[in-house]
Amino acid sequence: MSLMEILIIVVPSTLLWAAPLIFTALGGIFSERSGVVNIGLEGLMLIGAFTSIVFNLTFVGTFGNATPWVALIVAMAAGALFSLIHAVAAITFRADHTVSGVAINLLAAGLCMFLVKQMYGKGETAIISKGFNKIDIPVLKDIPIIGKIFFQDTYWTSFLAIIVAIFAWYIIFKTPFGLRLRSVGEHPMAADTMGINVTKMRYLGVIISGALGGIGGAIYAQSIANNFSHATISGQGFMALAAMIFGKWNPLGALGAGIFFGFAQSISIIGSSLPFLKDIPNVYLLIAPYVLTILALTGFIGRAEAPKADGTHYIKGGR
Amino acid sequence: MSKRLQGIITPIIAVLLGIIVGTIIMLVSGYNPISAYNALWNGAFGEVYYFGEVVRQVTPYILAGLAVAFAFRVGLFNIGVEGQFIVGWLAAVWVGTSFDLPKIIHLPLAIIAATVAGALWAYIPGLLKARLRVHEVIVTIMLNYTALHVSNYLIKNVLTNHKDRTGMIKESASLRSDWLQSITDYSRLHWGIIIAVICCFIMWFLLERTTKGFELRAVGFNQDAAQYAGMNVNRTIILSMVISGAFAGLAGAMDGLGTFGYVTVKSGFTGVGFDGIAIALLGGNTALGVFFSAILFGALKVGALNMPLEAGVPNELVDIIIALIVFFVASSYIIRVVLNRFGKKDVK
Repeated sequence: MSLMEILIIVVPSTLLWAAPLIFTALGGIFSERSGVVNIGLEGLMLIGAFTSIVFNLTFVGTFGNATPWVALIVAMAAGALFSLIHAVAAITFRADHTVSGVAINLLAAGLCMFLVKQMYGKGETAIISKGFNKIDIPVLKDIPIIGKIFFQDTYWTSFLAIIVAIFAWYIIFKTPFGLRLRSVGEHPMAADTMGINVTKMRYLGVIISGALGGIGGAIYAQSIANNFSHATISGQGFMALAAMIFGKWNPLGALGAGIFFGFAQSISIIGSSLPFLKDIPNVYLLIAPYVLTILALTGFIGRAEAPKADGTHYIKGGR
Repeated sequence: MSKRLQGIITPIIAVLLGIIVGTIIMLVSGYNPISAYNALWNGAFGEVYYFGEVVRQVTPYILAGLAVAFAFRVGLFNIGVEGQFIVGWLAAVWVGTSFDLPKIIHLPLAIIAATVAGALWAYIPGLLKARLRVHEVIVTIMLNYTALHVSNYLIKNVLTNHKDRTGMIKESASLRSDWLQSITDYSRLHWGIIIAVICCFIMWFLLERTTKGFELRAVGFNQDAAQYAGMNVNRTIILSMVISGAFAGLAGAMDGLGTFGYVTVKSGFTGVGFDGIAIALLGGNTALGVFFSAILFGALKVGALNMPLEAGVPNELVDIIIALIVFFVASSYIIRVVLNRFGKKDVK
């Protein structure tokens, strides 16, 4: 098997697995940059996956080929709405952010399975007929070599994820909104003194994270899982959390980490068909994202530091 | 209103709110809440078999709750109980299947193996926190998945020959009791509950009645003050994670040596570790509180299995209620604000 053939298998598969991670990790960045820890990414992905599958199954007759894209938008809205619970608990009710995030995960898991059983009478949904399909990107696919590796048999969602990551970097680091978001996460009192509404910025951060997490879940459900059951989202959200930290709370870093973790995940599945990889036990690929994140936190791979006020409550007049 | 009274009333209100919202969800989705709760009660206490199963479920819940609570008291959030639980379970079964020893040595050895495995797994985040100030929440989450995949790998490749399940542990390492099973209509009740209750006592005694416990609590209240008073904060942090992990590993031994007697390849988490967070929070992170809230959650979990059979309500409803209870306990600030407002009116 030549290198070219290997790349043609590995690259699209890596990008396929990376897309949900990138979206969800970006969501985590918006939330944590505003100072709200979001362990609930897993739950937000669950809501997104559930909503998109149910919408897809119900409205496939109405929207035809556009169904997965409409479902993506609906899942985004559902994720944003669900994240409000985290926002209210963590910001207004001053709940511990981590505890509230854990509750989000528990609630999403319970609620989605409860609704699946209520609607379909069994523990899983049917398989969707219109998911995100493999496509060749027009024009770009004809570039020699590169076109064949990157732009054939691939998915629109992968490129959307890359574009959104760059866009998110621009928003966070180059716009007034981004500056306010970051200042609220670093030093809320100083931001408040300058007339920035800390509560509003934090709510926005969490809601954006919900929207992006919902998209992440919807992409995973409609391009990889293709139905919804209790095992559809199992650890994707936490891996996105890892990508966020490994990418040092920077959208471009998260993009790179997401692609790398996507690579590790896809290799753990297709690795057995590749020559020099089939001898490596799967377990190393499976634990790689988590172990690398721990190493990144300890400073062996460039120290990752969270925003200063991450996880703290801002109480007006407090010190 | 006194602090002590508030500490008791807040969790009760949280549970009530959780049940009320759960009821609303059932009404909205077209189920009959009364028959659902009736089925829940019957499924937990209706027959002696169910009662045995509740106690069986409460056993690891107490230990997982203690694990989370112990770390909380020292100001650490151990989300890694799930991972420590998994390695404990694996270690217990490993020892349970691979030796032939008299019961008096074999059973304690298997239990100790699980405890040590859990403690070592928690030692990593403790060490990283103490030496490098790495946040324990992230490290423990990452170690949960590492534990899951590594234990699956070991089960498939070391303990068995590419099978998904190990063989049964030797009789000499088992916590099971024919007598306990026979008086509860052959539920899976085992001796582990006694270990769990003893551990409640150990935690209370350690924290409230020893010098080391005072240090642990002092670090939990204020690290700087503890440091200034001459306590070794770093060592205390590591110690608390190790003890917390030991409880979690022990919880794994309960399932490994008692309930199941084997260990399987898992596609996802067991949920015991995460339920432990709910149990510790509801129990106010005290040994006695954990004991009672473990009973509540154990009864809810086991009783829920009867809900689809008797009332046609999906058992996930109980998961929703548990999550809501966590929310309301976590948001106790707002409950306290409301309580104080009522309290002030009474004074006038």
